[in-house]
Amino acid sequence: MSTTVILFTILSIGAIASGISLVTRRNPVSAAMSLIVHFFMLAGLYLTLQAQFVAIIQILVYAGAIMVLVIFVIMLLNLGKEENLTEKFSMRTTLALALGGLFVVQFLTAFLGKKTGMNALPEKSMSIGTTEGIGNVLFTQYLFPFEAISLLLLAAIVGSILLAKRKHEAS
Amino acid sequence: MSSIIDLILGFLSEHIDALILLAKIGLIVNGLLMAAAYLVYFERKISAWAHNRIGPNRVGPLGLFQSFADVFKLYLKEDIIPTLADKKFHFIAPIISIGVAMAVYAVIPFGDSFMVGNKEIFLSVAPGINIGLLFVLSMSSVGVYGITLAGWSSNNKYSLLGGLRSAAQMISYELSMGLSLIGVLMLAGSLDLTTIVHAQSGGKWNIFLQPLAFIIFLVASFAETNRTPFDLPEAEPELVGGYHTEYSGMKFGLFFLAEYANMVTASAMMVLLFLGGWEMPGLYEALGLPAGSPLIAAVQFGVFVAKLVPILFFFIWVRWSLPRFRYDQLMNLGWKVMLPLALANIVITGIVMTILKHYGIM
Repeated sequence: MSTTVILFTILSIGAIASGISLVTRRNPVSAAMSLIVHFFMLAGLYLTLQAQFVAIIQILVYAGAIMVLVIFVIMLLNLGKEENLTEKFSMRTTLALALGGLFVVQFLTAFLGKKTGMNALPEKSMSIGTTEGIGNVLFTQYLFPFEAISLLLLAAIVGSILLAKRKHEAS
Repeated sequence: MSSIIDLILGFLSEHIDALILLAKIGLIVNGLLMAAAYLVYFERKISAWAHNRIGPNRVGPLGLFQSFADVFKLYLKEDIIPTLADKKFHFIAPIISIGVAMAVYAVIPFGDSFMVGNKEIFLSVAPGINIGLLFVLSMSSVGVYGITLAGWSSNNKYSLLGGLRSAAQMISYELSMGLSLIGVLMLAGSLDLTTIVHAQSGGKWNIFLQPLAFIIFLVASFAETNRTPFDLPEAEPELVGGYHTEYSGMKFGLFFLAEYANMVTASAMMVLLFLGGWEMPGLYEALGLPAGSPLIAAVQFGVFVAKLVPILFFFIWVRWSLPRFRYDQLMNLGWKVMLPLALANIVITGIVMTILKHYGIM
């Protein structure tokens, strides 16, 4: 067994376990920490695919910034254990289960039926996840979507500042 | 008997790379712990000097073994966990803190590689990794969990406030820290720390080319390491001990060690990114040693440490000279001063680089 396969096995089991732990934990901080572990496992999986930049950005942005904010909010609101609500079999859960089942079926048909026979990474994908690879593609081929997204983010920043300011004046 | 020795020698030569790696990890971990222990000693000595006192002078000559006595005491102390604490996270928090502080050293190079026989030995655990700088930044951003979880799991309002403050503070200053480095990246054209050091050869240190970025990075490092004037997460007069109020024994010691290890990391990053790392114009030519010899690597390591020590002294000096910020001042400085300055630095660097390239100077 090659190192990649061993790493993939460990990381994917870790990812699935932390994902299950995320949805089953009643304590919000435990759930958030499971999600952080999950992000680390995903970053490891990206590394096995030679996508170093994507892996490190996964940790830097998701585990290092976004989840800190999530934990910050959980602690600030001092959320206790989630109340054990007696959930009824509502419309929402039915729909969620149906769509989830559909996703599983789609996944299985996509991966089980066909033999991919790809054990080695193709030559082109070796450079696609590195810093240079992403930078080149981002500023040539996908320049317009990139700029459009940056405009969208700018609008969101301005909007959030506006909302925060209005609340400040009201109080 | 000889067959056993042959077997051992065979095993050793077969796994020589793994063994060298393990040796390097062992050296770095122990070296870092020693550095942290002696930083505590120097912190106390320098604070005594600033206060016109004598400082530790009982354990060993000049009190040099004081830190070891302290660590030994911490090991013997009772480890108290509050009854209402979240035991799992209370246990994990100091491990995250120290683990993350040490993980950073996987990518920090201490000098160029040297040759032993025909084997190239690098002065870092993971050499030539092209995301080295991002790895350091991401690990320092993950480090906040140690402090935040410690504050939350202790189930104590002072600890919680300390944890919350540290989370807010680290997020605020991480941004300007990361943005201040973009100018350096633009000049070096790489995220690999060794390449960045080599780009500064011949006295082209980034502190001269990127002075604003250096100042922003320096201030942000103080905030990231929770040192005075940014030590609000553990402000003694307000929060008892801040996030580690409910920690005792060696768990408290781990937080303490992590703080000093982070200080060494921040200083090492300043040396590598702004002070030319182990580059020293004229020194290696004057020595006349062949490139790739172990001696030159040793000299490079010496240069690195010689640049590291004044910055560490500066960290301690500032702590005993300046008062603490107020919380709103801290946030104003981070968001309204440092972030715009860091952004302006990127724009200015970009414009100047374009002009210089246009006239073919760069």
